[in-house]
Amino acid sequence: MNAGDFGMMLVGFLLLPAGWLLALAAIVLFAPLPLRTAFVLAGIVVEALGLILAFRSHLIPREEKR
Amino acid sequence: MIACLLFIFLVPLAAAGLALMNVGLGRSRSAGHMMMASLCALAVAALAYFVCGFAWQGFIGGPGRVLTVSGKSWNWIAVEPFFFRKLSFDGSAASLVALCQIFCVGLAAVIPLGSGADRWRLRASCLSTGILAALTYPLFAHWVWGGGWLAQLGVNYGIGRGFLDVGGAGTIQVVGGLTALSVTWILGPRRGKYSADGMAPAIPGHNAVLVLFGCVLALVGWFGLNSAGSILFTGGEASGSALIAINTMLAASASALTAAFITKIRFGKPDASLTANGWVGGLVASSASCAFVIPAEAVVIGSIAGVVITFSIEWLELQMEVDDPGGSISVHAVGGIWGLLALGVFGEFQRPVLNLAGDSLPSIMGFAPGQWLAQLIGVATLLGFVLPLTYCVNRLLNRFYPFRVSVEGERQGMDLHELGAGAYPEFVTHTDEFLPR
Repeated sequence: MNAGDFGMMLVGFLLLPAGWLLALAAIVLFAPLPLRTAFVLAGIVVEALGLILAFRSHLIPREEKR
Repeated sequence: MIACLLFIFLVPLAAAGLALMNVGLGRSRSAGHMMMASLCALAVAALAYFVCGFAWQGFIGGPGRVLTVSGKSWNWIAVEPFFFRKLSFDGSAASLVALCQIFCVGLAAVIPLGSGADRWRLRASCLSTGILAALTYPLFAHWVWGGGWLAQLGVNYGIGRGFLDVGGAGTIQVVGGLTALSVTWILGPRRGKYSADGMAPAIPGHNAVLVLFGCVLALVGWFGLNSAGSILFTGGEASGSALIAINTMLAASASALTAAFITKIRFGKPDASLTANGWVGGLVASSASCAFVIPAEAVVIGSIAGVVITFSIEWLELQMEVDDPGGSISVHAVGGIWGLLALGVFGEFQRPVLNLAGDSLPSIMGFAPGQWLAQLIGVATLLGFVLPLTYCVNRLLNRFYPFRVSVEGERQGMDLHELGAGAYPEFVTHTDEFLPR
């Protein structure tokens, strides 16, 4: 894994818990269901971004395909 | 209690079914190794769970570490003694939970083996299984089934009935599926899977009969898993098992037929391995909600699972370059997540739910407002906590004890390289299997 891919993976794996913490914060900080839902969905979106980066960082470099 | 025990005794058949599927979907030169790895995974998982897994998972009403946030308690880990000490084996609910879980953790441990087929070393898979059974599985299972904070969401914050998972779509299947994803990323693809010209040739499984027989065996295991889970973790009666079994069967059937139909439309003929994956995906998707949906809804859940899993397998293999010979990631992680969300969408509660750490039960019946939000929070926890934890621990493990077999070992086959003998010594081996790729 080259430096660029490693950086992408690192960011991806930081975004995953960041999204989760956003969802947790929504439970504690907000009482109305719509507000909670909006923040939990925002957390899921952040996690999805992290997941995309994690997937992309694990794509096989062309020179390693055999 | 007798009915619950009988249901629990069926659970190992689910693991046996998955093991057979993994064997059949892999290459013939690694068949014995795969079966051996499945057996070792069951053994290591049982021992690790006995040593410390149950102590950290606990059971509803047991002692736990509590974090207080804004006046609300967040139970995050159990503090039972190690080695099952102080557990009375007199038919108590705690002893039944321990028995059921020692099989369930084995089932979760078999799932990643399908993804690491043909290249994951035996000892490395045992080490990874130890981590799964001792750390990741018990922690999440405590949050859901041990009266942890996810189960308390309903009581503490009025979010539905708290996160619900009757038969382990999240605790067993998604945890196992995300471990499979981590392992696949760490191992990389099999040699010859992705060529420099951008092609990804299919490496077909070696025995479709084993795969399809594994499906039937898994079905019986799932009847036990879903029924036992309903009794132990949601306070259901044994009499509710008829509905659970019907829903399980219908979801699997709908999912398998959907997968067969899609492959027939797209490739001209139904694909056996994708249909088998669809079948198990339907079982997985049924697990979360089997006790709280009507049969027609189970058919819908299964049909959607069949579509999602079939396209997910192709997308992961061709677009994301994830080489998953057993389809474990799509079947267990993606199918399980869909199952968890489906409970939020379709679930109606015709009886009280005992998933609340011994708290007094709110007497809401029918549709629980906010249930889908509780399920969404559970999915966020799986993706945001379980996946990074599993990946980091396995990557660390890989640094000290490399997961992947040597090039020579992969060429030779895992059976000969790691076990010293092939699974089919009297069979003629095709010479092209020994050509360097």
